[in-house]
Amino acid sequence: MSRIDDTFARLTAEGRTAFVSFIMAGDPDQAKCQEVLEGLPGAGVDIIELGMPFTDPMADGPAIQLAGQRALEAGMTLSRVLDMVRAFRVKDATTPIVLMGYYNPVYAMGVEAFLTAASDAGVDGLIIVDLPPEEDAELCLPAQEVGIDFIRLSTPTTDDKRLPAVVKNTSGFVYYVSITGITGAATANAAQVAPDVARIKAAANLPVCVGFGIKTPEGAAEMAKVADGVVVGSAIVERIANGDSTADVLAFVKSLTDAAHGV
Amino acid sequence: MNTHAPNAYSAGPDAEGRFGLFGGRFVSETLMPLILDLEAEYEKAKTDPSFWAEMDDLWKHYVGRPSPLYFAERLTEKFGGAKIYLKRDELNHTGAHKINNVLGQILLARRMGKKRIIAETGAGQHGVATATVCARFGLECIVFMGATDVERQKPNVFRMNLLGAKVVPVTSGRGTLKDAMNEALRDWVTNVDETFYCIGTVAGPHPYPAMVRDFQSIIGKETKAQMLEREGRLPDSLVACIGGGSNAMGLFHPFLDDESVRIIGVEAGGHGVDDRMEHAASLTGGRPGVLHGNRTYLLQDEDGQIIEGHSISAGLDYPGIGPEHAWLNDIGRVEYVSATDKEALAAFQMCCVTEGIIPALEPSHALAHVSKIAGDLPSDHLLVMNMCGRGDKDIFTVADALGEDL
Repeated sequence: MSRIDDTFARLTAEGRTAFVSFIMAGDPDQAKCQEVLEGLPGAGVDIIELGMPFTDPMADGPAIQLAGQRALEAGMTLSRVLDMVRAFRVKDATTPIVLMGYYNPVYAMGVEAFLTAASDAGVDGLIIVDLPPEEDAELCLPAQEVGIDFIRLSTPTTDDKRLPAVVKNTSGFVYYVSITGITGAATANAAQVAPDVARIKAAANLPVCVGFGIKTPEGAAEMAKVADGVVVGSAIVERIANGDSTADVLAFVKSLTDAAHGV
Repeated sequence: MNTHAPNAYSAGPDAEGRFGLFGGRFVSETLMPLILDLEAEYEKAKTDPSFWAEMDDLWKHYVGRPSPLYFAERLTEKFGGAKIYLKRDELNHTGAHKINNVLGQILLARRMGKKRIIAETGAGQHGVATATVCARFGLECIVFMGATDVERQKPNVFRMNLLGAKVVPVTSGRGTLKDAMNEALRDWVTNVDETFYCIGTVAGPHPYPAMVRDFQSIIGKETKAQMLEREGRLPDSLVACIGGGSNAMGLFHPFLDDESVRIIGVEAGGHGVDDRMEHAASLTGGRPGVLHGNRTYLLQDEDGQIIEGHSISAGLDYPGIGPEHAWLNDIGRVEYVSATDKEALAAFQMCCVTEGIIPALEPSHALAHVSKIAGDLPSDHLLVMNMCGRGDKDIFTVADALGEDL
């Protein structure tokens, strides 16, 4: 079983919801980001999404756009993102890492070269925003062949007719984008999201994590009641943007994970 | 490429929206259902005579089509070679070819019941055309424009405001055309139900490249008929400038399967196409990648990060190019070359005093290339250049480049 499957199996046994955190690799610089990354499991994070910075993040709001710009200005590249994962894996063999971003940097490295390097570094899954099921042959199927999960985004515009195609080659979990819009914009409503989560679970037979629009411990706690996992990104990234110390960033993350875990 | 079927060059894209390796639908899941809807609606409209009847009526009475095919006698004399014809799309209402496509998309939006139109714009020509047609049909219009472009294209910003459109200056990224397109896509994923995204060039996810091409193909269809009437035969060569490539695709497409016709696209060479990357020549100075919904040639660094283009012409400094151009380049059907800022500026001035036509800086690039090749061609060689826009919008940029204070 993969680290992602193991994680959900363990959490299910414990009756807990997964907390998934997003940070941008290399934000504000590689060293500080590595500190935060390595502190996330201790702050209660179950699955880590690590952003691969890109100049043109079309699905992201200002917080994550700026995080990507900071990272790129500080010299982050895709191969350095993989270096960060490799360094993390030396210290943590169990917490899944999912790389999230856009296709072009991966395509520029070359799909095969990227997958080999990602697999060696200890990457568990990929979320690539601009690769819908129509483009599965590009990266989704090759990734799954080397044992890397390809986690698909499902959205409020994904209707019943389309849902089977969306979940077909999805593995690990399904990421439900709870709002139509960009990251960190509107606030998600747990009651509205619940039926969608149920619908996707039935179609996919996979855990469903909910993200986009969850910003506070209260929001995380509410969403944790209706989903298998809760994703928070922009709210954490904003702390990093404010120049908070690693300890302060991790304390904020802890407040979110405690809320999601019902502590 | 000797064994292809008669319509092999013009038949694309395939069902997945691919022109060979290029094109496709690289968009977020939120947009995918909308794009599939649009494709279905366009497929219906394409074969509906009433759709084209409405287009033809508006093209004729609102835009002023057909645009003339003008024999540029003095340019011909000056170059001393090929017979130069200019396809006068700068005489269209709003001053450029952009409105050909906008009309088609807005009629489609009306059929789909969409009331809110968004668009991106660089130089402002597509924004002005979209604002114009939205005013004509009483639709809400929001135009995303890079903050840098808002600054250097003030007259067009004011025009859009006069036409009732809201211009949103985009400060994310570097504040140019690609950032405006990112912001339009962000708006679209946020306001999915009521919004129609009117893309201004032959790029973006399928079906946009094919749809915009089809609407712009009126340029090439008219040219073909006009040339047959005038000279009794097809032209020998076609020349057009390329940013995203919509005016060029519109002129080229009806001629792709006429193999006797030499076709040349002219990219913006900025300060020169070299490793300083101070240009906007995606084909001659870029490599394949994925951006804004399609795979195409892009200006990018080793890590796949997009590099800003540079051109004196705000309408050409986009780091990508339409996917069909990328394919036509790779199979060798169309030649792609570039002209620098300086060469375009010289052609601009020459056109003003030689033909009494103030061209936009975009087609000035095409004219710069014509000036390089025309003299070596025989006098019975028929060359058509697409004069895709007029230069009124550019007089401040040109004055600045010439060191004049207006």
